[in-house]
Amino acid sequence: MIQFLQQMINGLSIGSVYALMAVGYSLVYSIMNFSNFAHGGIIMLGAYFGFFFLTLFNWPFAMAFLGAAICAAILAVLVERVAYKPLRMRNAPFLYFIISAMGASMFIENFVIATIGPTFKTYPTVFSREPFRLGPLFIGRLDTMMFVISAICLAALIYFIDFTKMGKAIQATAFNPRASALMGINTDLIIITVFAIGGFLAGIAGVLFGMKYTVYPQIGFITIKSFIAAVFGGLGSLPGAVIGSVILGVLETLISGYFSSQFRDLISFSLLIFILVFRPIGLMGKSTEEKA
Amino acid sequence: MDWFYIKGILILSGINLMAVLGLSLLTGFTGLFSFGHAGFMAIGAYTAAAMGIKLGLPLIPSLLIGGLAAGIFSLFIGKLTLNLKGDYFCIATLGFGEAIRLILDNVQYFGGARGWPGIPLKIDLWNVIIINVVGILILINLINSRHGRNMIAIREEELAAKTIGIDTFKYKMISLFISAVYAGIAGGMVGYYTGFLQPKMFSMNKSTELTIIVIFGGIGSISGSVLGALFLTALPEILRAFALWRLVAYGAAVIFIMISRPEGLMGGKEITLKGIMRLLRLKNRPGKAAEG
Repeated sequence: MIQFLQQMINGLSIGSVYALMAVGYSLVYSIMNFSNFAHGGIIMLGAYFGFFFLTLFNWPFAMAFLGAAICAAILAVLVERVAYKPLRMRNAPFLYFIISAMGASMFIENFVIATIGPTFKTYPTVFSREPFRLGPLFIGRLDTMMFVISAICLAALIYFIDFTKMGKAIQATAFNPRASALMGINTDLIIITVFAIGGFLAGIAGVLFGMKYTVYPQIGFITIKSFIAAVFGGLGSLPGAVIGSVILGVLETLISGYFSSQFRDLISFSLLIFILVFRPIGLMGKSTEEKA
Repeated sequence: MDWFYIKGILILSGINLMAVLGLSLLTGFTGLFSFGHAGFMAIGAYTAAAMGIKLGLPLIPSLLIGGLAAGIFSLFIGKLTLNLKGDYFCIATLGFGEAIRLILDNVQYFGGARGWPGIPLKIDLWNVIIINVVGILILINLINSRHGRNMIAIREEELAAKTIGIDTFKYKMISLFISAVYAGIAGGMVGYYTGFLQPKMFSMNKSTELTIIVIFGGIGSISGSVLGALFLTALPEILRAFALWRLVAYGAAVIFIMISRPEGLMGGKEITLKGIMRLLRLKNRPGKAAEG
């Protein structure tokens, strides 16, 4: 029982970071109806920015976080401007968006390999490795931090989407882009905002991910799991992305805790296939007929 | 550059071309977008190699059995996922492709993640050319038949195709099956060329590469696929002097093509004997005019 609780806590902290990444996929999908595969590259760049701010510039911890998030947000918008906007202007089919996204992620990944190098980089220890003790439970300081920061960011995002004017405009555009454009919503600005938010959260998630594990150029591939989480919860649904991520995180830690970490990736992909076969719209998704 | 080096590039292009031909039928002519063709290649590769090593079959039968194994597996996948719309089908194939790779990672009978050495080297340039020519001829005949036109109709407008009585599900299934057979044969060729198989060879990057070649060559064009496979397989070798930066350039080129010439090199057009004759006659005409 104690071991189970311990695994649950670890799973929750990983799942919350997945959620930060997954909402980036979901936001873009809800507005533009395609999966932005370059998002993994943005997460990876965020992790590198955080690493350099901490080690090269010796910035304090909070500033490094903010810096990485802002840089990632700018880059995400830049990717949109260069790789997607020309396609959007021409009403190209979604196939082209996906190819363009793959080109962008290839560019980002190999650019980092060419400039920084393919080696693993380890974050300096920011928190002491001494875990909190809660009765028989050990709770890592880093795990706690991951959970708290993610929860704050997600709460802020939900506040932004539900209660601000911009957030309502995003909802309207997700519901019907053409009608909302006719109603005077600046679709272009909405798309920039969505990419900036996604990038900002990706930067924070990247730093957290880098602190938990290590930083290397192929980190973007690992983040495909957050994409699976987004599909699991229902692409285009924010609560779905969060719920899917938490379930996936907990499931993964339970599997690697009780069986073997070899099966962790296999479980994620099997889950993806399972959900697509039996409920393709995901746990919280709307009917695909509307989107077709 | 000596002949041995050029021959190696040509063989690799030929192997890529075989997989690309299949994907061209699926993506270019039927309008379905697969991210999991590396998975079909993996099934073909391992089956064909097993036929050769464990049963001692000669090259061609073992390649065919490998292709058939991939095809049969694709029927199973198609049954489950071909009803999904657009994005979701491509995500599902991505999941299947990765799941196959991760399962092979854990099958110790085939060497697991360490790889499987000792496959006889039976692939040479001449048999690659023969296999590809046969593959191209079969594909041309298929596309110019009633069945091929039905597939193109599905690509253009699925709903309209359904209305005029085309069994869209059946034709998507056939298209997926044939394209998986091609991918399986290509996978078998990989094993017999390198003499070594490793699940890592069939990662998502391989699927991405194949899709990029199809789009680069031009959707709905077999000659475009041939040119694309030759050019894009050779390009990294030509750019080898730039080592690290070549993949950066590759990614940038993909984005550039998508936003500037989305129909690809040869979109919807073919190089035919008639076309070449016409081109030659056009060049001769001024000479004839001068005579007369």
